[in-house]
Amino acid sequence: MSLSAEPETRTRSDAGAGAATGGPPLIEARGLTRILPGLIPVTLVRDIDLVIEAGEFVAITGPSGSGKSSLLYLLGLLDSPTSGEVLINGQPTHLHSEARRARERLSTLGFVFQFHFLLPEFSVVENVMIPMRKLGRLSVAEMRARAVGILSELGLEDHVGKLPIQLSGGQRQRVAVARALANDPPVILADEPTGSLDSASSEQVFKTLRHLVDDHGKTVIAVTHDLDLAARMDRRLHLVDGMLADP
Amino acid sequence: MPLILSIALTHVGGRFRQSIVSVLGVMLGVGFSIAMAALMEGSQRDFIATLVDAIPHVEVTDDRREAAPPPAATVFDAVNVIGARPDDDTRGLRNPVRLKAMLDTWLPGDMAASLSGQAVLRYGGKDVAVALTGVDPAAHLRVSNIGDDMQSGAFMDLAADLNGLIIGDGVADKIGASVGDTVAVSTSSGAVRRLKVIGLFHTGVTQADDATGYTVLKTAQVLFSRPNAINRLSIRLDDVNSARAVAQRVERMTGYRATSWQEANESLMEVLMVRNIIMYTVVGAILLVAGFGIFTIVSTIVHEKARDIAILKSLGFDQADIRRIFLMEGLFIGIVGSVLGSALGYGLSVFLGSLTFEVKTNVELTSLPMHYSAWHYAIACGFALFSAGIAGYLPARRAAQLNPVDIIRGAS
Repeated sequence: MSLSAEPETRTRSDAGAGAATGGPPLIEARGLTRILPGLIPVTLVRDIDLVIEAGEFVAITGPSGSGKSSLLYLLGLLDSPTSGEVLINGQPTHLHSEARRARERLSTLGFVFQFHFLLPEFSVVENVMIPMRKLGRLSVAEMRARAVGILSELGLEDHVGKLPIQLSGGQRQRVAVARALANDPPVILADEPTGSLDSASSEQVFKTLRHLVDDHGKTVIAVTHDLDLAARMDRRLHLVDGMLADP
Repeated sequence: MPLILSIALTHVGGRFRQSIVSVLGVMLGVGFSIAMAALMEGSQRDFIATLVDAIPHVEVTDDRREAAPPPAATVFDAVNVIGARPDDDTRGLRNPVRLKAMLDTWLPGDMAASLSGQAVLRYGGKDVAVALTGVDPAAHLRVSNIGDDMQSGAFMDLAADLNGLIIGDGVADKIGASVGDTVAVSTSSGAVRRLKVIGLFHTGVTQADDATGYTVLKTAQVLFSRPNAINRLSIRLDDVNSARAVAQRVERMTGYRATSWQEANESLMEVLMVRNIIMYTVVGAILLVAGFGIFTIVSTIVHEKARDIAILKSLGFDQADIRRIFLMEGLFIGIVGSVLGSALGYGLSVFLGSLTFEVKTNVELTSLPMHYSAWHYAIACGFALFSAGIAGYLPARRAAQLNPVDIIRGAS
């Protein structure tokens, strides 16, 4: 069982295929600004312009409070910009309804957070099946087979029936990665995916993300404060005070 | 099982104790409201049935809704006629044979003519005023259940005895008479006759048992000095609920006042209606309180599951999905409570119906009269589900509006 619904055999050299073929970039931000309203408005990100092509492994780095996570949430359509826009596959999203943005997240984007955020009452395999059940394209048997396949590829084949509480931190985070991959989205957005893990687990999760990019052609955008980890990714976007800066 | 339902059930199951308490709240509310409705409607129907049995469905009497204008006012084309006397009207229903024949052509039921008036019964030095009615016994039995209420003697015995008298057991008690005794009957016309008590009845309605007597029509006409006259037509209809319409039609045709049993007991009907309003208000309040229980538990779950809401939104659930999850939680508690409450309500109704009492008021009750109706269940469950829906919707709406970014930031 592959992590992709239609197995791909892409390599890192395929990264940026969109640009190479002249098609629209996978994700593009134009003048992205997010200001939290209030008595004293807080600017989270300001005037961000960026392009991320398919198959890239991109790190977003910066000091605490620089707007890394905010940028990730904006790119993942989890938050709405105050001004500017995000384009996915060349399609502007700022005019999308809440439901349309949710559909986009369901099929195109997969999230992994610093904390695993697995539903504690559901087993590992049921957690992975949730996005598939929401999308509703597969039968229950197909969903289960696919979920078990993804979990197996991530080394969790012995844990499919367990509850999240019965797993270690690294295992839970890999289950969260498996859940993000459930609907075979082209983009994985990870917010400090190794932030709460020990070094061994961190390495395991990083390798998993690397594997997704190298062997399955996924685009991974990961927020991290670990510069060593960021250095091992394909590209690094550095934020200072909500604006892109040279690393 | 649909995903949203399975998430909702998982949440409710996660707070098992509180969910049980909420279910119990709804169950008790629904159960008691069903039992109360069955009891209230049962007693109302029993009361009306007793009432309708005791009185004619429509009664045509010899008076009119509006006084007839003086003859002068109809003869002269004057703006106003002053000092004209009304026509001397002979009391009683005119031309009763023709009147009965006219009604017989369309009336859906039976009718009986009678002559009623006030009389005084004297026996052993005791007097009691009664409403004495002269009847044709066979015809009267077709419009009244008095035959079933006979304690001693038979109502049809009147047909064979022109000097026979049947009185309520209350009347007999007052004057100390019993079957076989002869009582003196006098009326306002001055006529006095000695009639023999040939039967006693007990309807259960004190007003009737303590102040009513029956004799044959001929004897009454003699006693009231009104030969060949009748002043009342009692009608028993095949459908008691058509009484109002029939009364209106009779009144239009004859000009005489025709009173349906509903009109005759208008104030009683109003009391029953007010009683029903009070009952449903109390039931509504009970179910509203149960709704607060649901509101509390769903709100608690929303608060507890904020992270789950955020992650579900990040996975692609939209606001409507989140709203449905929590609305379903409220409705689930409401549905389980309604089902259990319906069973409880039925059990309570059966239990209450099995109790027997010896109560003597205006109408005797030997057991609590219960009325079983699907409407009671539908109304109680419908209100409970409505209440549960509102109680679930309010926190569900709040849950749907939660910003996942705020929650994730808070969790981080």
